[in-house]
Amino acid sequence: MKKRLAALAMTAVMSVGALAGCGTEGTPATTGGEGGSSATLKIGGIGPTTGPAAIYGSDVRDAISIAVDEINAAGGINGMQIEYKFEDDEHNAEKSVNAYNSLKDWGMQMLIGSVTSGPCIAVSEKSKEDNMFQLTPSGTAVQCVQYDNAFRVCFSDPNQGAASAQYIADGALKDKAIGIIYDSSTEYSTGIHDSFVSKAGELGLTIVSDQSFTADSATDFTAQLQSVQGAGADLLFLPIYYTEASLILQQSDTMGYKPIYFGVDGMDGILEVENFDTSLAEGVYLLTPFSATAEDELTKNFVTKFQEKTGHVPNQFGADAYDAVYIIKKVAEEQGITADMSISDMCDKMKAGMATVTIDNVLTSPTTITWTADGEPNKDPRAVIIQNGVYVLAE
Amino acid sequence: MGKLKKTTKQELITCGIVVLFYIVITILDKTGNLKSHTKGLLVPICYYATAAVSLNLVVGFLGDLSLGHAGFMCVGAFSSALFSVAMKESTMPAGLRFFIALLIGTAVAALFGFLIGIPVLRLNGDYLAIVTLAFGEIIKNILAAIYLGKDEAGVHISLKSFPLQGEGKMLINGAMGIQGVPTDSKFLIAMLVLLITLLVIYHMVNSRTGRAIMSIRDNRIAAESIGIDITKYKMLAFTVSAAIAGTVGVLFAHNTSTLTAASTYFGYNVSIMILVYVVLGGIGSIRGSVIAAALLYALPEMLRGLGNLSNYRMLIYSVILIAVMLWNWAPAARAWRERVFKSKNKQKQES
Repeated sequence: MKKRLAALAMTAVMSVGALAGCGTEGTPATTGGEGGSSATLKIGGIGPTTGPAAIYGSDVRDAISIAVDEINAAGGINGMQIEYKFEDDEHNAEKSVNAYNSLKDWGMQMLIGSVTSGPCIAVSEKSKEDNMFQLTPSGTAVQCVQYDNAFRVCFSDPNQGAASAQYIADGALKDKAIGIIYDSSTEYSTGIHDSFVSKAGELGLTIVSDQSFTADSATDFTAQLQSVQGAGADLLFLPIYYTEASLILQQSDTMGYKPIYFGVDGMDGILEVENFDTSLAEGVYLLTPFSATAEDELTKNFVTKFQEKTGHVPNQFGADAYDAVYIIKKVAEEQGITADMSISDMCDKMKAGMATVTIDNVLTSPTTITWTADGEPNKDPRAVIIQNGVYVLAE
Repeated sequence: MGKLKKTTKQELITCGIVVLFYIVITILDKTGNLKSHTKGLLVPICYYATAAVSLNLVVGFLGDLSLGHAGFMCVGAFSSALFSVAMKESTMPAGLRFFIALLIGTAVAALFGFLIGIPVLRLNGDYLAIVTLAFGEIIKNILAAIYLGKDEAGVHISLKSFPLQGEGKMLINGAMGIQGVPTDSKFLIAMLVLLITLLVIYHMVNSRTGRAIMSIRDNRIAAESIGIDITKYKMLAFTVSAAIAGTVGVLFAHNTSTLTAASTYFGYNVSIMILVYVVLGGIGSIRGSVIAAALLYALPEMLRGLGNLSNYRMLIYSVILIAVMLWNWAPAARAWRERVFKSKNKQKQES
């Protein structure tokens, strides 16, 4: 019995020790950001590098590190070198908060993240408590930037839905009968869907069929496709992620149904899906702020470096993240941010800076980006069409 | 004082470990040796341990495989979060509000456990597992589709989104769930919930009721023949288990500020994860469930500290899981362990 007791005690001690142990390793960091002697700015990133949304997180991680390397090689921000660390959140809010805490222990002073909406909202509750500057590259839900310390690079869900409807109404597609298939179990998809439907109503577009699925039944879309086809839709609006979209494209091809597809930024990445016949994606419209085939120097530089590093063409998430680092650089330089400031002071300065800054020469906007006080970017959307396996700017 | 009963001793040891854990963590916290990452893990560890203990009641003591545990968590989470969000503006003190939220979550989950138990507990074995799985998914999917809003015209509930008139507020916003849940879950409260759960389960198992429940597990026909009301005891165990899962849901909902009925949080994967805690800790071993849940939840998080290797942390986690499962339960590993440890014991006795 004694032995068993000893074993139990050992287990308890070990489990506590292990927990505390992970706390004591690495550099001892204080939340106050007092490590001023070292002139490095510590930027943390959070996003899914495993799980269903892994392609977004990994692209963001790699894009940030490219931007950080460039800036460091060119002398840093105000002479400060950037130190950068990225944590995985598995596209799960609970894990995302864990990742945030872990980065805080590491000494993070500014946050780029989280990549996906739900986790981003959860993290923003924490960053608000700490008054830490948060810039999400791609958290599209409205609530992602509900606090004044949070800003985003991408469009919000309602913006995307409304902009899509506006684009369709303005162009050659306005007389098409519209069918919609969306994912009613994600906030991303429902957010875009709802704003698209209400804007389409205002603009007098005809929606003939509105179908939904949930994340648990996201493998067979035959029923939805049949309803949409039966209703005579010749434009299919897909405000969903590319994994489901690739299946929809395959299945509707098998059915012999060939509408015009219209996607939003979640569709970005469809050309990278393994074993997907990219010829099916020919002629797909998508509203994305970034086009990897654009001819300007900035895009070319980024795409080449990204391909060298990862072997594939970056998607819009990567471009948002790359921009995020340069946005931080510009605002930090304007505001004279130094590494020895407390996190909270740094955040206050950055907030003030974001409200006035105008960023030009970025990947994710054809013109410039400015921000409103509630953290939303003002920029122009770009529609692209997939032609010969690459994005081409649509008229 | 006479010798303690064996069962009492077991109970004291388990509660002792939990209290010791609390004390050590508190000391570390007060002396400033606790990192915020570790601090963030404490509440989840407590509620997953609680969930594992409550599932053990059904799986380990009643002997039925239930795969719908996350569904009950979901019910508890949503009912309590709804209450908390609705009362957030009122003058009710946060402590009282959370206490009532805990009661509501537990009660609603117990009600659902009871209602679902009526049809489900007529089944056995695999059939029961499948039906509980289905109920768990149904609950989650319904909650992910509900829109509930309050405006000038009153309270609206619908399965489609609708506009609010005038000053109004969406309480449950479909797939976007409930936003702005007050983060009331504190380590102390989660710890108390775990302790109370342990006491309830230990006392239940070691009572007349518990012996009746275990007799159903061991031999249903024999139990029936001596006049044990099978339905009653099955219902009791299932409802208690569901109620505690509801409490876990309350702690979950009030730990992060947003609550969505997504598969990541309440899908069957979560039910299975809790089942893994139970199986790994030892079916029917309450203490094992607590320790397994704590270690397995913390493990992938601890692997973040591996530097470059942390890219492979989910892979490492899976491999460790397989290794531990084999070590604990593979007949060959058990036989080997027995041989090695027995021979050591012998050596000790000889020397």
